Amino acid sequence: MSDVKTYEPEIIFDKQGNPHEVVDWDHDYEGAKLGFWIFLLTEMMIFGSLFLVYTFYSYQHGAQFSAASIHMNRLLGGINTFILLISTLTMGLSLANLRNGHVAVCKKYIWATIILATLFLAIKYTEWTLEIGEGFYPGSPSADLAALGHGGKLFFGLYFTMTGLHGVHIIVGIGVMLWLLSLINRGKITPENFVVLENTALYWDFVHIVWIFVFPIFYLIY
Amino acid sequence: MSSTHTSFYQETHTVFGHHDNKFLQWIFSIDHKRIAIMYGIVMFSFFGIAVLIALSMRLELFYPGQQIMGPQTYNEAFTLHGIIMIFIFIVPGIPATLGNFLLPLQIGARDVSFPRLNLLSFWVFVLGIIAVLTSLFWNGNAPDTGWTFYAPYSTKTGSNIVMALTGAYLLGLASILTGINFIATTHRLRAPGMGFFKMPLFVWGLYATSWIQVLATPIVGITLVLVILERVFGVGVFDPTKGGDPVLLENLFWMYSHPAVYLMILPAFGIASEIIPTFCRKPIFGYRAIAISSSMIAFIGYLVWGHHMFTSGESNTVALVFSVLTFLVAVPTSIKFFDWIATMYKASIVFDTPMLWTLGTFITFIIGGMTGLILGAVGVDVYFHDTYFVVAHFHYAILGGVVFLMFAGMHYWFPKVTGKMYNELHGKIAFYIIFVGFNTLWFPMFVAGALGMPRRYFDYLPQFTIYHQIATVGSWIFAFGLIYMFVNLYKGIRKGKPAGPNPWNATTLEWQIPSPPQAENFGTIPYVDFMPYEYIKGEPVHHMDLSVDESKKGAHHE
Repeated sequence: MSDVKTYEPEIIFDKQGNPHEVVDWDHDYEGAKLGFWIFLLTEMMIFGSLFLVYTFYSYQHGAQFSAASIHMNRLLGGINTFILLISTLTMGLSLANLRNGHVAVCKKYIWATIILATLFLAIKYTEWTLEIGEGFYPGSPSADLAALGHGGKLFFGLYFTMTGLHGVHIIVGIGVMLWLLSLINRGKITPENFVVLENTALYWDFVHIVWIFVFPIFYLIY
Repeated sequence: MSSTHTSFYQETHTVFGHHDNKFLQWIFSIDHKRIAIMYGIVMFSFFGIAVLIALSMRLELFYPGQQIMGPQTYNEAFTLHGIIMIFIFIVPGIPATLGNFLLPLQIGARDVSFPRLNLLSFWVFVLGIIAVLTSLFWNGNAPDTGWTFYAPYSTKTGSNIVMALTGAYLLGLASILTGINFIATTHRLRAPGMGFFKMPLFVWGLYATSWIQVLATPIVGITLVLVILERVFGVGVFDPTKGGDPVLLENLFWMYSHPAVYLMILPAFGIASEIIPTFCRKPIFGYRAIAISSSMIAFIGYLVWGHHMFTSGESNTVALVFSVLTFLVAVPTSIKFFDWIATMYKASIVFDTPMLWTLGTFITFIIGGMTGLILGAVGVDVYFHDTYFVVAHFHYAILGGVVFLMFAGMHYWFPKVTGKMYNELHGKIAFYIIFVGFNTLWFPMFVAGALGMPRRYFDYLPQFTIYHQIATVGSWIFAFGLIYMFVNLYKGIRKGKPAGPNPWNATTLEWQIPSPPQAENFGTIPYVDFMPYEYIKGEPVHHMDLSVDESKKGAHHE
């Protein structure tokens, strides 16, 4: 494995004698970024399909979707939005600090992000518990849910699907951040070699942007 | 060419550095060539199983009435046949095996962009297979929905749909990861000087395919997840009793799965574009047109999914629009075919096995493609929908197009992968047996379908008996041909003559290094200021030896 060795790119020459650098997979910053952006594109397609499904049904059951939206807890949802926005800031600051050489500060900001993400999940859990307690969940026999009609059932079905999938992404994010910390401790991520942290920050941005779309379509439509 | 080189069979890099154990050296190897071979072994084992299932289905259909299996078993059999063939064999098929092996070699790279991700995607693939297999034996019936998992049946049936869906999801994930890897590799690791319009056409095919994998597969992934959630939690998205719409599943499903058809065929066309110039000893005609038409097919492929649902109640206008868009796919496809034919014009063609397979495929694929136009026409499709005509069309296009070209590629690159030659005569005989068996098997289905034989039925009216019997006879000829071909290839591996680096006098970069290649492919990476298929008077313009670079020897990657 490459420790502190400095990497010297391989050079080849064309017929005129001009030098050209051979890109090597092992030291390809651009490639690592490109690959991650394409991965984010696939994530976008996944959430995009769900937004499409949401649009399809909200077009069919507009009034019932609005009626169902009243039962959302906007206070908790709003707090969560706020938490996630701050966590994006801390994530960004961790990257900025690493690039400036402040490794210890960087680690603190990653920990802050992890704590905020956990808080988000805790609040989300509370919210789900409240909603399930009131009988608003897929397959519930509740009369309140039945009163909301087909639109209401679809609304809550999609709500649990989309926030659930988003939650899974948060959990994965926390796992990745813990892995990041161990990589930093083992000297695999350094102020010179930070592409993994940069990609994670991109991922975290993506997760918060998805929430920025999920929040209004469920909480703010009535 | 230096005879002392060590090939990738002797030396490899693994995720955990070095292993003494040969088996672990394989399953932890991050060498794209070894991963390709592992994919190949797993995939062809399952191909064999799916063929056996198909043979048993054909036996069942030899006479009307029940012979060897009941209706439920028959439903499970065609579902399993479909899942294995589509998700395990065809979709990853050419990219994961030949593509993985050849992409870095053809662009002058030492590996793919993310070798560890490559290994991960293989393991996800294996995990997906395990999930699919579990669904067969775990607590209840095997899936019986067909490989399309249409709602509401898939949300109601008592069989193990959730496990099968999980498996299909994982297989899709593996395919996405391969796609990401290939796109990054193509963009970043081309040898200096190799612009996009100096890449071999197989790379173009893989590149277009990778974009389909990346953009389309997530949609089917989430659709499968929605069906799982539907079954487990009763979410209601596809359940009419909760306001859901089963046709929405068809829309989401085909939004992916139709582009996936082109995902299967594009790399196969790439193989044809490699083989034809080599065996015609001529530069390919219309290089740019072939390259761009791959991207055109990939793009139009997204716009045609509605032609699977002409009978689902979509409006006439929508059906007509999808019909017209479907016809448009024929344009870039024809561009390729005419370019290939123009390349062959006045060439002194060498009819070795790979070329024979390619030409044979033209016949079967053109039948498959033309009947595709018939099915793409709304009025006709309403009549042919869900008949054996569709079955025949599908197998002509996919088996007679994709798999046959895959066989062509297998023969073409066999010397590169193994370093040995197969027996040419037996290779040709195998082709003819398979070709005859194939047509005997599926051509009668066009007729049966046109006369009204519905697909997916385990029983039929007596007037269809003759078509089923011809088809069943064909299926045995076909299976015999397959065995013949694989035995010949296996014998080639065992006791074939050494092939040398470039047995076909081909021009692309992979033929300028020893067969089999060394661990990191190239000693010297060339500056590419030439087109991929350059012949003058039937001889390749460039003869290079890229196997060793004395100045850098031992310096690269420990």
